[in-house]
Amino acid sequence: MLVVEKNNLSYEIERMIKEYGNDRQSLLQILQAIQKKYKHISDFAQQEIARLMNIHPVEVYSVISFYSFLSTEPKGRNIVRLCKTIACDMAGKDAVEIAVKRELGISFGETTNDQRISLEYTNCLGMCNEGPAMLINEKVYTHLDPEMAVNILNEIK
Amino acid sequence: METTLKTSKKRTGPVLFSNYQQADGIKKAIELGRENILLELKNSGLKGRGGAGFSTATKWMLSAAANAEKKFIVCNADEGEPGTFKDRVLLLEYPELVFDGMVIAGFTIGAKTGIVYLRGEYEYMLPSLEGFLNNMKEENLLGKNILEKEGFDFDINIRLGSGAYVCGEETALIESLEGYRGEPRNRPPFPVNTGYLGYPTIVNNVETLASIPHIIYKGGEWFKKNGTDKSKGSKLFSVSGDCRKPGVYELQWGTKINELLDIVEAKNCKAVQVGGASGVCLPKSQFNRSLAYEDAVTGGSIIIFDESRNMLKILKNFMEFFVEESCGQCTPCRVGNTKLLEGVENIEKGEYTFSYINKLKELGKTMQAASKCGLGQSSPNSFISILDNFKEEIFYSNRKGIKNVKA
Ligand SMILES: Cc1cc2nc3c(=O)[nH]c(=O)nc-3n(C[C@H](O)[C@H](O)[C@H](O)COP(=O)(O)O)c2cc1C
Ligand code: SF4
Ligand code: FES
Repeated sequence: MLVVEKNNLSYEIERMIKEYGNDRQSLLQILQAIQKKYKHISDFAQQEIARLMNIHPVEVYSVISFYSFLSTEPKGRNIVRLCKTIACDMAGKDAVEIAVKRELGISFGETTNDQRISLEYTNCLGMCNEGPAMLINEKVYTHLDPEMAVNILNEIK
Repeated sequence: METTLKTSKKRTGPVLFSNYQQADGIKKAIELGRENILLELKNSGLKGRGGAGFSTATKWMLSAAANAEKKFIVCNADEGEPGTFKDRVLLLEYPELVFDGMVIAGFTIGAKTGIVYLRGEYEYMLPSLEGFLNNMKEENLLGKNILEKEGFDFDINIRLGSGAYVCGEETALIESLEGYRGEPRNRPPFPVNTGYLGYPTIVNNVETLASIPHIIYKGGEWFKKNGTDKSKGSKLFSVSGDCRKPGVYELQWGTKINELLDIVEAKNCKAVQVGGASGVCLPKSQFNRSLAYEDAVTGGSIIIFDESRNMLKILKNFMEFFVEESCGQCTPCRVGNTKLLEGVENIEKGEYTFSYINKLKELGKTMQAASKCGLGQSSPNSFISILDNFKEEIFYSNRKGIKNVKA
């Protein structure tokens, strides 16, 4: 990583810690903010957070590894999460899943080469009466069919 | 399509969806005073709507009696049980009920801070909820000296989860709020004594809190006219699966499964999952049972399966859910759920003996008894009830009769 980038990231982490506070109960919020902005929480970011919050880097890592929305590996600019729980499954999630994989040429758990989209599964989104459902970043899309899902994905930048 | 956040449909129901004007409950609470609020609540017989069904009055009394410099009110909006979406509807369409309920709770036990733990999947609600809270501040329904009552200070913050079902368990939720892995704690101590940051904390479900303003404004007597002897009031049911009219319904506790199936226009129904993946799967012969704490209990999730569905595939979907969502802290749950899923896969392949199946059911019972939290204690429910109630389909046929092999 370039030194310049490192400094920017440190700067940003410092700013976030100022905003949320450096006590332990702010950790998850800080991690969420870094994840949102940088699409992952790098080793360096983990060390910086640990240093500024006065905790061990392993502590930071162990929290990240617990939550499915946080990651230490880079993700695409957009994270697509398709619900695979029962109601969406019955409503036709398989067809959507196949179409999306074919269109993007990647499997679930992967990211497109241009870093545009990461595909992931998720459990029940609380949209069970309107399935199949998916999240793109924080937005929720429902009543999907394969064509509609693909059109939505093709539109995001 | 991107979901429209509000439905224009006017909802009706006996309690939660009955008329309520924002702040009426808070005004009445100030008039009544703490003691009378607790009496009213006790008289209502309200029990927690998040699944466990603990008496809300008792929870509030315990935390009111606790002596501490700070106390907290936590609204559990982690709604992750498969098939549950009633809290989403309350938060989007009836935020005044949920937030007024929190303010009344704060007034009653002397807490100055309320926290909404909103599941990460519901982040899209943040702008509307925060806008709503700002309006409440402007109208002095939050902040200092609420409605000019000296010393009545209360504020509400929203904190997001990050995609972990187990964080809905109240002690895991507190761990998560404190910035740790969302691993359930041993109970006791209970949050009413040792909760967020070690202070007395009320953790209540969204729907429980939304019932409060109605009860305070209209009275416990009014509330308990609804429901049954042991299950007072009404319940929101989130109905999904094979029916013409899925959605959220407010019905009396005690409604029969058959009646509910008629209301949502379910045809050729073979099975009903009551209580989500953690609940039990009931066959036709049990559709005359009542939805109530004393009979078929649910935090709200009702999933309907018609004749074309493959029960083993449904069970597999549930067991995959638990394997993924177990926090892994205790062995019965971590290892047990993996074994049960493996069992389902072996049944699928036809590689099983009945003594193996019986061993798995025994394992399920051990998990129910020995797991540390409700996740591992309830995850075998689906496994046992589906294998017992649908054994003809699963074991006595080659399943070729099942048309739609997809779950
Ligand atoms: C694995 C697990 C997940 C839970 N998820 C939720 C949830 O999403 N929402 C909720 O209100 N309660 C949930 N609960 C129940 C809570 O632990 C707690 O009993 C409840 O929030 C208390 O509120 P109530 O008394 O108003 O029901 C869950 C319990 C377990 C074991
Ligand atoms: S029962 Fe499961 S979810 Fe609960 S503490 Fe044990 S491993 Fe974690
Ligand atoms: S099952 Fe997909 S949103 Fe609930």
